[in-house]
Amino acid sequence: MTDIMNDKEMLQQGLDAYNAKVAKATAKFPERPHMDAKQRLYTPLDIDGFNYLEKDGFPGQYPFTRGVQPTMYRGRLWTMRAYAGFATAEETNARYKYLLQAGQTGLSVAMDLPTQIGLDSDAELSHGEVGKVGVAIDSLADMEQLFDGIPLDKVSTSMTINGPAAVLLAMYVAVAEKQGVKPEQLRGTIQNDILKEYIARGTYIFPPRPSMRLITNTFEYCSKYIPKWNTISVGAYHIREAGSSEVQEIAFAFANAIAYIDAAIKAGQKVDDFAPGISWIFTAGLDFFFEIAKFRAARRLWARIMKERYGATVPKAQMLRVHVHTAGSVLTAQQPLNNVARITWQAMSAVLGGIQSMACCAYDEALCLPTEESATLALRTQQLIAYESGVADTIDPLAGSYYVESLTNKIEKEAEEYIKKIDEMGGAVAAIEQGYMQREMAAHAYEDLTAIETCKKTVIGVNKYADNKGAVEGESLKADLSVGERQIKRVDAMKAKRDQAAVDKALAELKEACQGEENLMPYLIAAVKTYATLGEICGVMREVFGEYKQDGSAF
Amino acid sequence: MANIKVLVAKPGLDGHDRGAKVVARALRDAGFEVIYTGIRLTPEQIAEAALQDDVNVVALSLLSGAHNTLFPKVVELLKEKGMTDVLVIGGGVIPDADIPGLKAAGIAEVFTPGTPTGKVVDFINANVK
Repeated sequence: MTDIMNDKEMLQQGLDAYNAKVAKATAKFPERPHMDAKQRLYTPLDIDGFNYLEKDGFPGQYPFTRGVQPTMYRGRLWTMRAYAGFATAEETNARYKYLLQAGQTGLSVAMDLPTQIGLDSDAELSHGEVGKVGVAIDSLADMEQLFDGIPLDKVSTSMTINGPAAVLLAMYVAVAEKQGVKPEQLRGTIQNDILKEYIARGTYIFPPRPSMRLITNTFEYCSKYIPKWNTISVGAYHIREAGSSEVQEIAFAFANAIAYIDAAIKAGQKVDDFAPGISWIFTAGLDFFFEIAKFRAARRLWARIMKERYGATVPKAQMLRVHVHTAGSVLTAQQPLNNVARITWQAMSAVLGGIQSMACCAYDEALCLPTEESATLALRTQQLIAYESGVADTIDPLAGSYYVESLTNKIEKEAEEYIKKIDEMGGAVAAIEQGYMQREMAAHAYEDLTAIETCKKTVIGVNKYADNKGAVEGESLKADLSVGERQIKRVDAMKAKRDQAAVDKALAELKEACQGEENLMPYLIAAVKTYATLGEICGVMREVFGEYKQDGSAF
Repeated sequence: MANIKVLVAKPGLDGHDRGAKVVARALRDAGFEVIYTGIRLTPEQIAEAALQDDVNVVALSLLSGAHNTLFPKVVELLKEKGMTDVLVIGGGVIPDADIPGLKAAGIAEVFTPGTPTGKVVDFINANVK
């Protein structure tokens, strides 16, 4: 192989001869349509000048292209999670215990929308939403119930929470304390990535500036007291799911992370102290090799940014540690069992891409909330890949593939160009304020839709091999209608028992702290311990910080 | 018929706006006059916007599961405001079992994931008053 690789001229001659033959053949028998975006064949010429040590290196070493750990899955498999949460804390706690017993190794907490935007279950806006897309958390009492019988020093918990992330982290610390678990023993993640909420996910509360303060406060607090905690999980996932391309997924998320890092540095923190707490959530879409290359490219580019732009010297501060949630937007309501196959190869691409933690979608997500059966299958899918497929036995097995290395280079380059463009606009916050990311994403989403509707892009069961059968009628999980009423009663009972004077005092102190410059974490922990509700705590912060309103006219 | 005006709206707290935005764009490309509200609106705000902009169609999008509560509420408030001839349609992750109830509550049609946008356009053209 090396002889041929070294003899470029011979290789070019061989390729020319091959192309001439192909031209003759395709004149007679055209290739399938819409193959133009990719090359027919990749050869050593596509990675000409490839410097292995510089581009790939070794696992656990800069630039981490081949993985962030030296032994990768040979040492320990990725953390297997299932995104779960519905109705009340009691019902969700039962699902968690079931999933842990089924071999899940980390929890992934789904919270309902009122919780995600800092409202109590009895707020007017919460009507109809309580317990719907996740569990309702109104106060520490719900958090205690949620983790009842689950030792927090033994599990790693990922919480999908952004606007009020600091408050939920405070509750987690308080629950741990009651269990006798020290903050330094806690492992897990808060999503805490507000910028992508403004452009993609929508669960913002406060305007960007005070939101950035809350984020840098958690960075500082965790680097001192909860060192194993991932203080942010920068969301590339949501940007892609909301319509972006693979390259935009990396670029916009990196631009957002750069804004957080700049804010923390401005607040006087050191990169080597807080950057090890930065983790990521990416999607795994359908284009198998592209997705694999995406993870490799993202790791390499991020390591370079951290080293070259920020001078990070601690390896963990240079590593891109990734949680993957398989793509939900590409699943179909038609022929839903097809999704089982889609999810399997999405998950496999993530494993071949060297990720650290994963949650698979349930195949029925385009229809309803996952049932226990579909949630279990999503977990089993990961276990099958881990233990039976053999793809986890060798580190980064696709390195050296002309195609994968070439794609890795291409994605890295294009993402870097996008980041440069955003830098020139004044960074992520400015780009979001100008609507740049939103427009790019909306345009790509529409292109994608048009490609499906004109059959340029095939979706089995939708625009090809569609049948007229309706969706599979099966048992579907519904958070029952009374959940809102039950939760409100629970909150009322809790409020009747708590020491109201202590609540008032804690909230007044929090308010004063919000008006100053101090780190808010200690005040939040003090407030949640009095059983002040999430809505009351966020209410105080709303008074001081104001609320963000989306300008919805652009589409 | 003169310009058909469509209000694409997202009631409730759900932030999934990819569907609402692409449908808004497809409807605009089909020649309708389209207004998109942005996310996180109360049914009251949506009914008020429909009245202010004097729209012919209200297209509601929701993926959080709160459709059974919020869609009928919008219809009710539109009626209260005397907008009885507005065509109200809905879309999102909506289980088949919920569709008859929504139709009974005055939602003219419910479009679930994978529906070609052309079908929505045709439906509006055929049913707008």
